Amino acid sequence: MIRRVFCACFSLAAMSARLLAQPGQEGFVPVTGPVTEQIPAAPLVISSYAFFFVLLFLYVWTIWRRIGRVEADMRALERRQAEGGPRR
Amino acid sequence: MKKLFVPLVVVAAAMFAYAPVAINNVELESTMLLVQKIFYFHFATWMALTAAIVVCGVASVIYLFKGTLAADWYGVASAELVVIFGVFGLFSGSLWGRKAWGVWWQWDPRVTMATMLVLIFLGYLMVRKYGGPGSEKLAAAMGIFGAATAPFVYKSTDWWRNIHPNTNVMRTLGDKFPGAWNLVWYCVAAFLLLVVLLLTARVRLEALRAELDRMYLALED
Repeated sequence: MIRRVFCACFSLAAMSARLLAQPGQEGFVPVTGPVTEQIPAAPLVISSYAFFFVLLFLYVWTIWRRIGRVEADMRALERRQAEGGPRR
Repeated sequence: MKKLFVPLVVVAAAMFAYAPVAINNVELESTMLLVQKIFYFHFATWMALTAAIVVCGVASVIYLFKGTLAADWYGVASAELVVIFGVFGLFSGSLWGRKAWGVWWQWDPRVTMATMLVLIFLGYLMVRKYGGPGSEKLAAAMGIFGAATAPFVYKSTDWWRNIHPNTNVMRTLGDKFPGAWNLVWYCVAAFLLLVVLLLTARVRLEALRAELDRMYLALED
């Protein structure tokens, strides 16, 4: 039984490989008529620079926010110390 | 540095405001045309990343063997910069590759090793965040090995030739394309200034955190 299943799978794989195989290119074909580039460069260049500035602003904002949070904690702690501070 | 910080922020802002104008005005490269203009920030960001790696490596050695607290602050701050600049470097490279190579991603030795390098420093930050007590020393060891990987990433294009341009591109740029040569070093200067400013701000955050911990301990005593 296992041998039959194995043979069936092997035959199926061999047939698929033959059907899916593409003929190899045998030479280069020269372009006739005007051609345009397939991938426009401008969106890629603009995306690259835009991504940098967005990333930079986000990072600076996270630093600013983290510093603000720590300073707020320090102020709260100083107030507790000034009030005679309940011990934890 | 406190007195210089704000004037340097103004200088950096002016440099980054002018950079896109200068990049727009520089002449096109003959084979890649417009997409080559990604190069100016792409190269500069890897230079900035290299500077951050050097700081992280040196700070990690000092912290690991001398235990200097300020060195630990510089280590974690510069590791964060490595990840930020690395993400942009890989992203801009992917956009450039889409046009130049026809694919968004290529498992080229330089690209693959640069990705591994960024992952090492991402690991550094994760160890710091989730490693618990003593993770600073483990992270410092990671920082040293991450810094030791950097020269291999740089030389990878010469040792294992593949699709990524090798290091000769920069050596011959001044003779072949003087406009691009001047502009790329302008961008490198702007990025190095940015590294100094971000590092200063990020180290201040670590110093404030250390001060807050000291205050909590004083209150408990």
